[in-house]
Amino acid sequence: MAEKERKLPASSTSPETEEYWAAAKEGKLLVKKCNGCGKTHHYPRSLCPYCFSDKTVWTTASGKGVIYSYSVMRRAPIPYALAYVTLAEGTTMMTNMVDCDFDKLKCGQPVKVVFKPTDGGGALACFTPA
Amino acid sequence: MSIKGKAYIGGIFEHPTRLATDKSLAMIHAEVAKGALEDAGLSKDDVDAYFCAGDAPGLGPMSMADYMGLTKLKHFDSTDVGGSSYVVHVGHACEAIAAGKCKVALITLAGRPRAEGMATGTVPRSRGGSPTPDEPFEFPYGPTVVNMYGMAAMRHMHEFGTTSEQLAWIKVAASHHAQYNEHALLRDVVTVQDVVNSPMISDPLHRMDCCVITDGGGAVIVVAPEIAKSLKRPKVKIIGAAETTKNQMGGAVDLTYTGARYTGPASFAEAGVKPSDIKYASIYDSFTITVLMQLEDLGFCEKGKGGAFVSDGNLISGTGKLPFNTDGGGLCSNHPGNRGGLTKVLEAVRQVRGEAHPKVQVKNCDLALAHGTGGSLGSRHGSGTIILERE
Ligand SMILES: [Zn+2]
Repeated sequence: MAEKERKLPASSTSPETEEYWAAAKEGKLLVKKCNGCGKTHHYPRSLCPYCFSDKTVWTTASGKGVIYSYSVMRRAPIPYALAYVTLAEGTTMMTNMVDCDFDKLKCGQPVKVVFKPTDGGGALACFTPA
Repeated sequence: MSIKGKAYIGGIFEHPTRLATDKSLAMIHAEVAKGALEDAGLSKDDVDAYFCAGDAPGLGPMSMADYMGLTKLKHFDSTDVGGSSYVVHVGHACEAIAAGKCKVALITLAGRPRAEGMATGTVPRSRGGSPTPDEPFEFPYGPTVVNMYGMAAMRHMHEFGTTSEQLAWIKVAASHHAQYNEHALLRDVVTVQDVVNSPMISDPLHRMDCCVITDGGGAVIVVAPEIAKSLKRPKVKIIGAAETTKNQMGGAVDLTYTGARYTGPASFAEAGVKPSDIKYASIYDSFTITVLMQLEDLGFCEKGKGGAFVSDGNLISGTGKLPFNTDGGGLCSNHPGNRGGLTKVLEAVRQVRGEAHPKVQVKNCDLALAHGTGGSLGSRHGSGTIILERE
């Protein structure tokens, strides 16, 4: 278990993404789904990156997923685990693995979302072993 | 229309410096331009096209053309796809020459990250006031150059059983070549054990899996056939070129391949040759994993078999089947301005000319490939491939 946690910087928001960050503050992970082609994507866009339809809507993700890949940055003042997690909804997002033993992480490992506070009072979707 | 045989490499130059505390960035661009013009036997006023990327100060080519006194430009291009830019520039120069837009195209690269004390690989970088659309969803998680490539390596290991020892062979081969390069930053021959015992930077990449950080630069001059004929240099013809970008696919992330999966087959098709015909390959080596994945994607071995392919010295000139980066590459010699594409072109040209160091010169090297990756294997990158033939 990491003794100290890395300070997380705030993200800049835009009219396109402010709903995502507002939901994160309330502990909800949103992903964009396209009503044109039915696919879920991330990071969120207004126009679907698969079919270019503008009929994209926010949906609440289950918060469950598996680690696609990860790398533990040892050369940082406080080491941290960068990861890609593939969500149950099918899309893969960049994240950090937190509250866990970095030496026991594995590709394919089941994980669940947990929100960590950022600078400026926001929250960031991170993951921990399920 | 094809670029095959429509243009030649007329001149090259690699700056000998690896630490440029006493030079300005613009000065290095001008010094490498002068070096390449002298190598070609051309003068500044012969240059009618100029190519540079984001490493050049100012907006596109304007400031550098002004600084160097390039007054005859009819064509320019500042395509910036990171370290792969300069391989892509060679292809673009061929297109412009083939279209009759210009006859003498100058490409320059320079950088001084060492002099500036830049933490190149281990600190996340933000674009500040004008963030890319991905940045809010990535930057807070601390993506750096090393941990992003680390994720690509980790996935490759997971899917194909690739090992740290196999990756280490790539560095070992580079070090065997670098011992003969008097300008190389690291000239000691290393072993697989040295690499896997070097400190872990970001799993699974050790310090010796990472390229060097150096100041310096280089230049390439691409010329029309009638100019090439008039020069007193060996003729190096460009017979294939391709470029692409690869990205996260809207979240359908697949870190097991690179843009070379397109640029390899496309450039081979244009050149009318196949991977087994290639005598020498310059392969972008920001990290050992970069080399391994590009070799697979370019078609030198099957996907997933890169680990076996690079093992046991197979990339070492004189003993291996595919001599690579015989100048020591980015892993040992030079990665000027954190952009390694231009030096990839330079060593491929030296090999085709027969002007590499005698200890690493590939016999009868009539066909060579240079490939660049710019950006990150872990998210989005540009890829460029060129194929060179001796005439
Ligand atoms: Zn769609």
